[in-house]
Amino acid sequence: MSVTESFAQTPDKGGPAQPLVIVRDLQKHFPIRGGILGRTTAHVQAVDGVSFSVRKGETLGIVGESGCGKSTTARLLIGLIEKDKGEIIFDGQALGESLSLRDLRRDVQMVFQDSYASLNPRLTILDSVAFGARVQGLDEPEDRARSLMARVGLDPDRFAHRYPHELSGGQRQRVNIARALAMSPRLVVLDEAVSALDKSVEAQVLNLLTDLRREYGLTYIFISHDLNVVRYISDRILVMYLGEVVEVAPVDSIWQQQAHPYTRSLFSAMPSMDPDNRTKVPPLAGDPPNPINPPSGCRFHTRCRYAEAVCKSAAPRLGALPGAPDHLTACHLHDAASGHSRAGMGIPA
Amino acid sequence: MALAESGPLAGAGAQKPQGYWAGVGARLLRDPVAMICAAVLLALILSAVFAPWLGLADPYKGSMIARLKPLGTDGYPLGTDEQGRDMLARLIYGGRLTLFIGLMPVVLAFFIGSALGIVAGYVGGMVNTVIMRVVDVFFAFPSVLLAIAISGALGAGIVNSLVSLTIVFIPPITRVAEAVTSGVRGLDYIDAARATGASAWTVIRVHVIGNVLSPIFVYATSLTSVCMILAAGLSFLGIGVRPPEPEWGLMLNTLRSAIYVNPWLAALPGVMIFLTSLCLNLLSDGLRSAMNVRD
Amino acid sequence: MLSYFLRRLILVLPVAFGVSVICFLLVQIAPGDPLTAIMPVDATAEEQAAMRAAYGLDKPLPVQYAIWIGNLAQGDMGRSIATGRPVAQEVFGAVQNSLLLAVSAAVIAFPLGIFLGFLAGYFRDTTLDKVVTALSITGVSVPNYWLGIVLVIIFSVNLGWLPSMGAGPGGSQDWAWDWLHMRHLVLPAVTLAVVPIGIVARTVRALAGDILTMDFVTALYAKGMSRADVLRHVARNAAATALSVMGLQLGYLLGGSILIETVFNWPGSGFLLSNAIFQRDLPLLQGTILVLALFFVAMNLIVDVAQAAIDPRIKRS
Repeated sequence: MSVTESFAQTPDKGGPAQPLVIVRDLQKHFPIRGGILGRTTAHVQAVDGVSFSVRKGETLGIVGESGCGKSTTARLLIGLIEKDKGEIIFDGQALGESLSLRDLRRDVQMVFQDSYASLNPRLTILDSVAFGARVQGLDEPEDRARSLMARVGLDPDRFAHRYPHELSGGQRQRVNIARALAMSPRLVVLDEAVSALDKSVEAQVLNLLTDLRREYGLTYIFISHDLNVVRYISDRILVMYLGEVVEVAPVDSIWQQQAHPYTRSLFSAMPSMDPDNRTKVPPLAGDPPNPINPPSGCRFHTRCRYAEAVCKSAAPRLGALPGAPDHLTACHLHDAASGHSRAGMGIPA
Repeated sequence: MALAESGPLAGAGAQKPQGYWAGVGARLLRDPVAMICAAVLLALILSAVFAPWLGLADPYKGSMIARLKPLGTDGYPLGTDEQGRDMLARLIYGGRLTLFIGLMPVVLAFFIGSALGIVAGYVGGMVNTVIMRVVDVFFAFPSVLLAIAISGALGAGIVNSLVSLTIVFIPPITRVAEAVTSGVRGLDYIDAARATGASAWTVIRVHVIGNVLSPIFVYATSLTSVCMILAAGLSFLGIGVRPPEPEWGLMLNTLRSAIYVNPWLAALPGVMIFLTSLCLNLLSDGLRSAMNVRD
Repeated sequence: MLSYFLRRLILVLPVAFGVSVICFLLVQIAPGDPLTAIMPVDATAEEQAAMRAAYGLDKPLPVQYAIWIGNLAQGDMGRSIATGRPVAQEVFGAVQNSLLLAVSAAVIAFPLGIFLGFLAGYFRDTTLDKVVTALSITGVSVPNYWLGIVLVIIFSVNLGWLPSMGAGPGGSQDWAWDWLHMRHLVLPAVTLAVVPIGIVARTVRALAGDILTMDFVTALYAKGMSRADVLRHVARNAAATALSVMGLQLGYLLGGSILIETVFNWPGSGFLLSNAIFQRDLPLLQGTILVLALFFVAMNLIVDVAQAAIDPRIKRS
């Protein structure tokens, strides 16, 4: 009996055309308490009106600076924190309506950045991997755990009874991947899952992830700040800035043309090995503004060289580029009706 | 969540890294002070438990003619008390109640305080606020005052002493348990466990308890010395164990009238309290450094 | 600073409320009828009911609490069942004596504890350090009521140098700052000082030791600062923490002196408390504990604010 057969996922309900995940207007504000009475004085607008969808079997990469709301989005998706507003629709079923949180957790798993902090130091590797299967009442959780350990490249006879501190970072991250897969999920959220690894180990783990996706028919949301890694593994890329989506596009399309000035700066900050492909756009200056009181209008206008009055007053909507229906961006430069002096003309070459 | 409570999970949390505890044990064994204290405490506990089989005199039987005999009297190696009862027998029998009332409250408070603190730290929110604000109120009383207040209101008696001392030690243990649990709660492996759909109770049982109990335990051991002194102190004040039971604090009280007649005899029960409390403190310190827990 | 003070003050109010609830409940958990002590043995059922009504004991608990707290706000803590005098009067007289004892003990304990702790921390891992550490662990392990008895045996019974009982010659209740009275203070104050000496020495040792190994001390030496200057810096850094420990200890000294007061027949709040317990004088018990606990709460508040004044980092947390 192969691993694949024994680890049945929940059945596909919506068919191939139904996106696996649709997120609409997702919002999460964290209250800040202060003052004499400890009242809520402000909110950190961690995620503010985020909408996107993930197709079945694809990998959606999410990029952005630290604090842009990537990780909050991930935790909202797997229900680790509660959303304030918005909808999460999994395979056609809305979370909180036809889909319970417990059912969602069967289908969605997460791999965290810190491979050490994400493993209970007091449990053996086998117990950590088998925990979810035991909780879900799946058959023979230990056998599942062992075969998955073998699948991610850890010899179960050698590693099953070891403790996390006895493993290397790459090995621990393999354990985390096995643990996520032990639940037979359909969606795996990888939150900076390879960022803490050495480059050589990172490549191995990325290849493993790619193989596993094909083998188990998984869908990934891959969160990272490393554009090269995201490009390597993703089908589409979503760029976040201060809790909002500024651009979503297929990898090739966004590599050719970064429609949003923020995306452009992000890409230009990426070191290039090609001497002909030097950085032309000046990289971003300074830190992102405080998400407690984000700038009005377009949140990027304080750091954008093309900002005009309209950018300060009106928030741009996410819209498709002309001739590229799957390349969306939220920028007045691309909206012919925005009132920007370069409306509809895009970023100057 | 009935599934989660079923058999296969039961042993999951119980398996601990053997290496760590073996290391703690080895370090403790190499600490001569801690080992001497452990030996003294063990001797005190064993002699108290097996007192009836040690061939001692009857600790309750007094003698009008043999009152307040000094130390070293024939037949009374440690003299006799104000009612002519054998001091050696009373000191050894006295260990039974004294050690029981001196240690039991910390044990009870360890379980209750850990449970409250873990729940407060794990669940957070309103539950945390309610539990921790009540704890704050109890912290507004110096521990001696609180013990005396509750014991004084309830009246003398063994059960009342246990109740009041347990109430005194629950708040500090709850505070430590809450702090440790909040720290663990923020770690990714808790999130990973929650993401499997496990119930809060399963996550606490398998992933939280094993990681918070040892620091709470070390802290609780540091309270045993204070508890011993307080428990004997309640009896010394007359609001703990009732006469004629042998109990070190009570004996210290009833022998006070003898300080002009046979002063060193009168001080003997206090020596026992002091010895026990000193050993408890030193052993707790030894355990703390063996586990590398910082002050 | 003022905003920090106000914020702390507001946080204290619910605690003070909780303290009052616990003190109120103390009487409720006491077994038996609180009126047994004053109820005539031959009282008829009607007379008993009338008496209950007169004391408000026929009303539901929250109402009783409201009445009690209302009276408290006007300084009325009820009357002692044993003496018939107002509880407030009894308590405040006794608290003055306790305060005298607690402050005397603090005056002995704090400088000595700081000195010993500093020596141990500065000369870490030397014989001196080990002696001080042993002394401080002995200090915190000793049952101080027993130590009191031992000191009485040595200094009163054997040597006859100091009195063992009361606060003045011939059981005098009025304190005076003369040797005849102060002789009575020596033994109880020294006894009471032993535990805080141990605790303060331990704290200061840890602080001084830690701070001396911190990078900035090395930097100060590197800057060419003298040994004395470095010491001054270290002292200021440790002051905030040491202060909070000492403030709490002062509170403990006042609330925890009951056992020592019993040993020495010192006419303080602890002595009053022990009388209240044995005469089942519940209003007096309640009043004494309330005053002592509120004093402790106030002490905590003062310590917090003083600490924030010394170390501005605390205000932010």
